Amino acid sequence: MNWHGRVIFEGIVSGKALVSSQPVSFFGGVDPDSGIVVEKGHPLEGKCISGMVLVFPTGKGSTVGSYTLYRLKKNGKAPSAIINAQAETITAVGCIISEIPCVDSIPIGEIPDGAQLHIENGLISLLRNNLE
Amino acid sequence: MISLTSQQQAMLDGAEGKAAQKALQILLALAKIYQAEELLPVSSVQIAGVSYDNLGEAGLEYLTEMADSGGRVKVFTTLNPAGMDRENWQALGIPPDFARQQIRVLDAFARMGVVTTCTCTPYLVGNLPVFGEHIAWSESSAVCYANAVLGARTNREGGPSALASALTGFTPAYGMHLEENRRPALTVMVETGIHGTQSFGALGVSISRKVAHLANKPVVWIEGILSASLEELKSFCASLATYTGTAMFHIPGITPESSRYLRPEACVSVSRKELEEACRELNPIQDTPVDFVSLGCPHLDLPEIARIAEILSGKKVKKEFWITTSRPVKQMADQMGYTRIIEESGARFATDTCCVVAPIKGWFNCMATDSAKACYYASSKNQMETVFLPFEDVIQEALR
Repeated sequence: MNWHGRVIFEGIVSGKALVSSQPVSFFGGVDPDSGIVVEKGHPLEGKCISGMVLVFPTGKGSTVGSYTLYRLKKNGKAPSAIINAQAETITAVGCIISEIPCVDSIPIGEIPDGAQLHIENGLISLLRNNLE
Repeated sequence: MISLTSQQQAMLDGAEGKAAQKALQILLALAKIYQAEELLPVSSVQIAGVSYDNLGEAGLEYLTEMADSGGRVKVFTTLNPAGMDRENWQALGIPPDFARQQIRVLDAFARMGVVTTCTCTPYLVGNLPVFGEHIAWSESSAVCYANAVLGARTNREGGPSALASALTGFTPAYGMHLEENRRPALTVMVETGIHGTQSFGALGVSISRKVAHLANKPVVWIEGILSASLEELKSFCASLATYTGTAMFHIPGITPESSRYLRPEACVSVSRKELEEACRELNPIQDTPVDFVSLGCPHLDLPEIARIAEILSGKKVKKEFWITTSRPVKQMADQMGYTRIIEESGARFATDTCCVVAPIKGWFNCMATDSAKACYYASSKNQMETVFLPFEDVIQEALR
């Protein structure tokens, strides 16, 4: 299964999908030192986004969140790629300044949590569902 | 896809260094997201995300990297308030560790050629665009003032996107840069007299109640306001932007672009009772005594400081009283002798900063102010109770 999206920041990467049905706020919502989602009541609360292909509808919250993504990258705790339904300023700017591959305009509901994905610029391929 | 000029293409290819390249990448990504068809040259930039309290180590690292990699502003650029008074931080109780990091933030901006005047009222200190100019500003109250009162054109930029505009001299053409998005869509009939900064702040809160249920907040057309001073307009802009998130409004006879449009048919009204309710909402009945008095959200202008000096002259304040303004306005107050009168009363200037961005959470229990915006951030970010009063009553509260 493949999806074609819009490239926000280009790159080629493979990794495991971590899917959130809810928007993500990086500033205040993700701990920049551990990569763990700390927003109370968030579907990903307690999960670590480091090294994952982070899939969520869109960003929310303070524009300082772009800098949080940058800090995650410097700490080696950033997601390996980001897939959005609709990218907005905070996530897009964060991905560019941190050089994290980012694709949007993707029907994210079709991506199974835990699936192995390959991203090559705007093309996302499903390598393996999470069947184990 | 936007077609680039040869100069822009060279910048994107790295001819002007890594910082300018990254900045242009940011703007092109925003252009893609918001379907802009061109990049517009900007004449002025104002950057938010200056307080170390908000930026943290992450923001400081990014700004340092941009400065290290040769970032240099192409247009006149000023800053939003910082987390502290650059000269008087010790007396105001700012911890030295915080001050050290805040100074590193300001130094990174200075190395990029930013004028490090830290204010939410750039239009009072010479960063003053003219009608129709495209600019890239961040501070929400100043964005609203620039669009509505000055007739300049700016989206509400985030810190990194405003910096990107400063380093390239461009912004993508979408949102408030386009005529169709500046058109009024909802008439607000104000059925009561609105006078003074507090009352104009309360009007912003009342309007926000009227549009709260709408997914896309309309540009409002406000009828029934016969006159408004600069001080009243800056207070209104701060309140409207904070409570509705909008960046534009029209008041016929007062704001310059109102002459282009007719009154929208969709109409709501704000009664005297609703305005009083808005005031009461920011003035909850509570037992917590006021232990912090604050004027200067947005930053005060010289006539406001003159009035404070007149009232405080020869008296002593009984509460911690911060007067927040920009460094250039403070210097005028020094020259006029207002600073001496105010400081002799025991009140303090907190220049370059404000009660929204300074790291004062937990310092005070209850703040008196004339600013609806300050009330919002006091109760959310800084967890204080608020007492919302007219300008002169706030000064009297400090003397009580």
